[in-house]
Amino acid sequence: MRVFSMNPSQVVALKTIVRKEFLRFARIWIQTILPSVITMFLYITIFGNFIGDKIGNIKNFTYIEYIIPGLIIIPIITNSYMNVVGSFYSGRFQKSTEELLVSPVPNYIILIGYVSGGVLRAFIVGFSVYLVTIFFIDIPINNLPFIILMTFLTAFLFSTAGFINAAYAKSFDDINIVPTFVLNPLTYLGGTFYAIDSLPNIWQDVSLFNPIAYIVSAFRYGFLGLEENSILLSLGIIIVFIFILFRIGLVMLDKGIGIKN
Amino acid sequence: MGNALKIISLNKIYRNGYEALKNINLEIAAGDFFAFLGPNGAGKSTVIGIISSLVTITSGKVFVLGEDIIENPDHAKKNIGIVPQEYNLNQFIPIEETMINVGGYFGIERVQAQERTHKLFNQLGIWEKRHLTPRELSGGMKRRLMIARALIHNPKILILDEPTAGVDTELRLTMWDFFQKINNEGVTIILTTHYLEEAERLCKNLAIIHKGEIIQNSSMSDIYNLRKNKTYIIKSKSKIIDEINSEVFTSKLNDDFTLEITCDNTINVTDIINELKSHKIAVLNIISKRNQLEELFMELTNESVFNES
Repeated sequence: MRVFSMNPSQVVALKTIVRKEFLRFARIWIQTILPSVITMFLYITIFGNFIGDKIGNIKNFTYIEYIIPGLIIIPIITNSYMNVVGSFYSGRFQKSTEELLVSPVPNYIILIGYVSGGVLRAFIVGFSVYLVTIFFIDIPINNLPFIILMTFLTAFLFSTAGFINAAYAKSFDDINIVPTFVLNPLTYLGGTFYAIDSLPNIWQDVSLFNPIAYIVSAFRYGFLGLEENSILLSLGIIIVFIFILFRIGLVMLDKGIGIKN
Repeated sequence: MGNALKIISLNKIYRNGYEALKNINLEIAAGDFFAFLGPNGAGKSTVIGIISSLVTITSGKVFVLGEDIIENPDHAKKNIGIVPQEYNLNQFIPIEETMINVGGYFGIERVQAQERTHKLFNQLGIWEKRHLTPRELSGGMKRRLMIARALIHNPKILILDEPTAGVDTELRLTMWDFFQKINNEGVTIILTTHYLEEAERLCKNLAIIHKGEIIQNSSMSDIYNLRKNKTYIIKSKSKIIDEINSEVFTSKLNDDFTLEITCDNTINVTDIINELKSHKIAVLNIISKRNQLEELFMELTNESVFNES
């Protein structure tokens, strides 16, 4: 069992990677933060005003209130994933990751450093879209610590997944395949815009295999107090996936997969 | 003095089956200025990649300052600075920030990294450019940045892989002075270069690698005794009628006033001039066709360095 201890030099290294990653997306906030904010504004305008009223209430909440938690978690998922996949692959493409690989930074610190960048961006984007939301809608907060925990775990999970994608990618096309063909379908079919228990039985069963459905459901609990799935089950699934993906990321770094000849 | 680097029976076979290194053995003393030469594709960059942990080992051992790089990779990484052949800079970060980041990877606090960057940038003449990104720098500036970056953590061994490629003559001379200065301060330097004049001028010892094998490993002073032949270009005061057949040398007429002669390495210039005099040729000028190392390199590799570079 690997022990993740850090000496003072390694703490400096971790701080350096996190700072570099933060500055990377902060410098280009128009590309990294603003699009999610604008998208949220559009969602609220369309679903809150034009369509929401026609759909009516779901489980005693207005349609826009019901979908808001999902609308906040979508940019958290995509931004954490895209931040790490973009940053690490860009480093590989420019070969600037060699700066890290020839230095005595342990692989777990490299992984935590990049993942931290994704988590930071996810929190900033998540908070920004929340601010847009409360400007238009009085959205309840049932359990703030739980929302923060879920944001952290979700961002950590998808940042790690982004890192694995970046290490495997051989071209810029490859870093868009997973978000386009896996992440987006799972996100939109994960009950963001509808209640899963309103689906026909067969589609409810299919949704059981969509991990994002559990995340949306847990996030909805954090805001609305609505427990559509077992919260413990949702947390358990996320934590298990984090362990699996983090281990895969570490093994890839240790073996030099995608980064060494 | 101990070894800075020791390589024992090193082999590398890439995933596509290409055998890049075949049983390499090499020792480089601490404090040396060592030339590691070879044509393109000979295996130089593979050796450097292995030393710097960017390429995995198929079999064999590499020791940096007495420590196995597999068993104690941090020791090797802390003691090696590397200037790679290809630019590997983050194109979007100001160069001062790059230096501070790399310092951070080596555990150097921000303030110390800034001080060290100031010193190195001044020494290499790029302090004024510190706010620019690599995209905004010339090729020579990027090379200097990569050298500064490799020295941010005060390594004991500096590996220079084609450090002056694409650099103008004036800057090259400045860089040579800089390399000699840090070598005099005790840093072991391992240099690969296509400019054999560079190796001849700077290095004390050398190895030549060809098709994955070390085919020469000796001191620079010994190298001249290894050569079989040497070639001179003779300029005559008067018109030369024909090629000269001599026991001292063979010759070829380049033009009416220029003779190219090839002789045994043991023949000295006085013997050549006397022989030319006996054929009634008054020598205006005599120069070596290539530098000595270049001659040897061509003899050993049987390939033109000009084609290679």
